[in-house]
Amino acid sequence: MKKRILALIMASVMVFGLTACGESGGAESTAPAADAQAEAGTSSLIKVGIINNDPNESGYRTANDKDLKAMFNEANGYDAKFSYSLKNDEQIAAAQNYIADGVDYLLLSAADTAGWDSVLKDAQAAGIKVILFDRTIDADSSLYEASIVSDMAKEGQTAVDWLAGQGLSEYNVIHIQGVMGSAAQQGRSGALDAKVAAESNWNIVTQQTAEWNAEKAQQIVQSVIDAGTPFNVIYAENDDMAKGAVAALDAAGISHGVGKDVIIMGFDCNKWALEELLKQNWNYDGQCNPF
Amino acid sequence: MSKKKSGGLGKLKGFVGNQLFIPFIAIVILAVVNLVHDPAFFKVVLGLNNAGYPVLSGSLITILDYGSELAILAIGMTLVTAASGGQDISVGATIAIAGSAMLRVLCGGNTRPDTIQAPIIVAFIVACIVGMLCGMFNGMLVAYFKIQPMIATLILFTAGRSIAAWINNNELPIVPDPKFAYFGGFIPGMPVPTTVFIAAACIIVIALVLKFTNLGLYTQAVGINGSSSRLNGINPTFIKFLSFVILGLCVAVAALIKVSRLSTINYSVIAKDIEMDAILAVALGGNALSGGKFNMWASILGAYIIQFLTTTLYKFNVKSDALAAYKAVVVIILVVFSAPVVRDYISRMAKRFAPAAKKEAA
Repeated sequence: MKKRILALIMASVMVFGLTACGESGGAESTAPAADAQAEAGTSSLIKVGIINNDPNESGYRTANDKDLKAMFNEANGYDAKFSYSLKNDEQIAAAQNYIADGVDYLLLSAADTAGWDSVLKDAQAAGIKVILFDRTIDADSSLYEASIVSDMAKEGQTAVDWLAGQGLSEYNVIHIQGVMGSAAQQGRSGALDAKVAAESNWNIVTQQTAEWNAEKAQQIVQSVIDAGTPFNVIYAENDDMAKGAVAALDAAGISHGVGKDVIIMGFDCNKWALEELLKQNWNYDGQCNPF
Repeated sequence: MSKKKSGGLGKLKGFVGNQLFIPFIAIVILAVVNLVHDPAFFKVVLGLNNAGYPVLSGSLITILDYGSELAILAIGMTLVTAASGGQDISVGATIAIAGSAMLRVLCGGNTRPDTIQAPIIVAFIVACIVGMLCGMFNGMLVAYFKIQPMIATLILFTAGRSIAAWINNNELPIVPDPKFAYFGGFIPGMPVPTTVFIAAACIIVIALVLKFTNLGLYTQAVGINGSSSRLNGINPTFIKFLSFVILGLCVAVAALIKVSRLSTINYSVIAKDIEMDAILAVALGGNALSGGKFNMWASILGAYIIQFLTTTLYKFNVKSDALAAYKAVVVIILVVFSAPVVRDYISRMAKRFAPAAKKEAA
């Protein structure tokens, strides 16, 4: 019996610890939020619920989250709450919570494009204004006030047009994709796929998803090198994966960068990636907006 | 002639019974498939890397290189499995924690320092301590509070990556010192990947420990029957606890390699799903996942086989998001073959066949 009680206490401590950890990222924002609620009657803070992807997903997302936090804080007149998930259902649950809390604005970067209609209708009924950022959704445009999203298709097209402008006699591309189905992957893959289908001198050496993971990208490129298949372009759909690919090239003694054997292309324009561009180790980096 | 056959059969039976049989067959199958598909798979070439130093390359080197972390983890996972009869599913997350702690020490909380803020060895020791603390946490829950290992380690599995992110304030630091990259790459002038040496060192250490201490014996005794081992003067609680601490140490070494490969970290994807590969390595080695007797060499071999399989699948241009499905097929085959029902059936078939052979001889 004693043991059982001890286990129970232990379990509750664990659960408590777990929630504490889960919220550690948002701790800064929730603490002042509690204060703000207390004095809500007197002050006129704008209540904002922000639903984003996990800030650790990529360097892009980390910068995006930092930017949001710098803007939406009490000093600037906002009572902001943050929630993070890479899963659509968890994001929808968070949105329902914010609606129940009676926020004024709901800022949303959706993990998946589908499934948002009903919750956004609830928001509309409650008079909450919804603003999409970074990622678009498949819902009627009357359900949101504004949509400030990346044009992934254009981004992909710009990259492919730049590559076409390099005038290589033959394009043998290693195509490293992001998480399949995300808007970023669809846009960046779409343009390249169309070009490869249209041109006879554009070939895909391998097309694999590394799920935004540098290490996986390194292994994929390593396997192509080991197989001895010739290639002259690496089209990685984010900077992390391009970095992994370059690590494999470096180990194999294959030259890359401006005027070298292999063209390196990345996306997101992380600061360190731009430094690689300056050093001419990379050739191209596609820009997204938080920088 | 028939006599010879029966002798051969006996030998074959002995070999089939051996624990190394399954991993051996797996290697043979993989090797044959690759040989038929493209003999160049086995080619190892000495070339120069971009820094101008000689390095070996080829698929076999890739397997040895990328299989290292898994082999190191398999050592700890085998002990945990044998002692507790369960598996630690938090190794991927604890690699993130240990790696994050290492970067925190190296970069001193600065995202882009110009020089490293502490010697690499200090950072590594800190990572070892952090890894062992995580192991102690898991071990305490399993050994002292008698919680199912998979449930106990589920806590760090879920929370670990958030903790790792919190250690570095959600930043993704980059280590500026090129020396740090040696551990996951090459030491200048040494054509063999450093990871191979690290894995070899770990294997030698565990070999010496198993040979000169009673750890192996005690672990097996605890795994087979905890209460009777206690009656014989072994403390089963401590042995279980110890196995998790050893795994924590293995995690720290694996974290060093993982973080060093790219001199940076990504909390949500570093060592993702590696726990499943580590458990699969133990299973592939023919070790019972319910604990008890174990064969360390079979587990280590299992780890390299998994990397062999991964490299082969990449070579065949299998979609990388489908890799898990292929591994699942391997698991299904393994589980089915090790199920008591199937084993009974096989041994009955063998018996039926053996008397027939004897009769023939008579």
